[in-house]
Amino acid sequence: MARLAMVIDTKLCVGCADCVVACTTENDVPLGFCRDWIVEQVGGAYPTPLLEIRSERCNHCDSPPCVGCCPTGASHMHSYGGVVLVDHNKCIGCKACIAACPYDARYTHPDGHVDKCTFCIHRVEKGQLPACVSVCPTHCMHFGDLDDPESDVSKLLRSRPHHALLPAAGTGPQVHYLT
Amino acid sequence: MDEFTTTRHNPGIDPHMHIWGWEIPVYLFLGGLVAGLMILAGYHILKARDRQERVSYPYAPMLGVILLSLGMNALFLDLANKLHVWRLYLTFEITSPMSWGSWILLLVYPALLAAAVLHPPERVPFGQGLLNMVRRWSAWMHARPRLIQAVGLANLAGGIALGIYTGILLGAFGARPLWNSAILGPLFLFSGLSTAAALMHLLAVVTRSGSGLAFADVALAGVFRLMDPDHCKHIMVRADASFLTIELAILGLWLIGLLTGTGVQQEAAGLLLGGPYTAGFWGGVILAGVGLPLVLQYLELSGRIRHTVIPAILVLIGGFVLRLVLVSAGQASHWS
Repeated sequence: MARLAMVIDTKLCVGCADCVVACTTENDVPLGFCRDWIVEQVGGAYPTPLLEIRSERCNHCDSPPCVGCCPTGASHMHSYGGVVLVDHNKCIGCKACIAACPYDARYTHPDGHVDKCTFCIHRVEKGQLPACVSVCPTHCMHFGDLDDPESDVSKLLRSRPHHALLPAAGTGPQVHYLT
Repeated sequence: MDEFTTTRHNPGIDPHMHIWGWEIPVYLFLGGLVAGLMILAGYHILKARDRQERVSYPYAPMLGVILLSLGMNALFLDLANKLHVWRLYLTFEITSPMSWGSWILLLVYPALLAAAVLHPPERVPFGQGLLNMVRRWSAWMHARPRLIQAVGLANLAGGIALGIYTGILLGAFGARPLWNSAILGPLFLFSGLSTAAALMHLLAVVTRSGSGLAFADVALAGVFRLMDPDHCKHIMVRADASFLTIELAILGLWLIGLLTGTGVQQEAAGLLLGGPYTAGFWGGVILAGVGLPLVLQYLELSGRIRHTVIPAILVLIGGFVLRLVLVSAGQASHWS
């Protein structure tokens, strides 16, 4: 049993948005929409301001509210790695999953179904990395199986301080940010 | 304070996620209204008052069928993938309020239709053959008191389920702090009951005038037949005042829950307390939709002013504005 996760080093990310372009190209994301995006968070106070640049997307949660609220079973967890996916044929476009996602990671595709990041499961199943990870010029993005203690992602989370987004929402996000 | 810059450029979800437009508030309003009609009808069928009291709720079920169908049409219009709507009925997702709702909607139709058959209209502009058949079914049902009791129970239970579900549908979204409260279930149930009582009151007045009766008979095949409008009005105003008082108390509890909740809930309450939805909530819901009708109804019941349709109209408008404000403000409330 695998648990696929993404680990992003915010100390290395420069916010170039290559990941966004790669995703849009790989997944034929329509103009005006995005499956991943860049957030720059500036905090702290002078003279020690803090800058965190993050590549954000669906968090492929362990306890995904979008799956629980779907009335047709279109939103589901893939049998491999717990990746959260949308079956376009089952989706009726009721938008309940969009309302249920605290990360605002979903959108209604112009074709009528709801769409979001898939961790490029079509590539992962062939042994390839997600498109965003494969193009990152600073190699700040890592992808792998958290159930494997020897995977890159497991080792990074053991050795570096990290956080996930909105842990208090209780969704168990599986995109982690190294700080 | 942290400053965020994002490359997101999704017009559908940034900066505020706009998911549902006018269709969902219309559906929630009509669903709640029908739930109230079912409860009123079910209660009076069970109490065997439907024949003696000569008021308008024996005809509520047929009205319920019409209004529920309109509501479901609004729901259908909201779907982005309309051709796949049948997928709702290929599965039952136990954790999805929307799945529960779609099955509840399917089950309330037979209950409403059975209750409607109990009182077929006296005349119809067309379809006399069908009317004769319905009359035969009605006579068959009236010969079986236990069946009538089952129909009453089904309407009462179906109405409660439908009314609560319309609130739970929103309350189950943990990602929207404004909605995330189980109290929205009872709130929508009592709001539905108050709008149903207001509609019955309004019909009692409409059907009293000669033209109104003619309109009702022709346009809606006599489903609004009414025999004692003044009696009906008094009962409905009394019931509506009770429902509105409970609704007002629940609204207060809901706000207290938000204000004493977590940071995101307090921030969500700010949308209604000084934020962009303040005027709609306090002016359209609390003042015009609940407070003013309550005062007018109290004055009517105590005999200080004449009965008018103004409270009923205000309650109906307020019921819709409640859903409109809640659906819109809820979408603007976020965790992040």
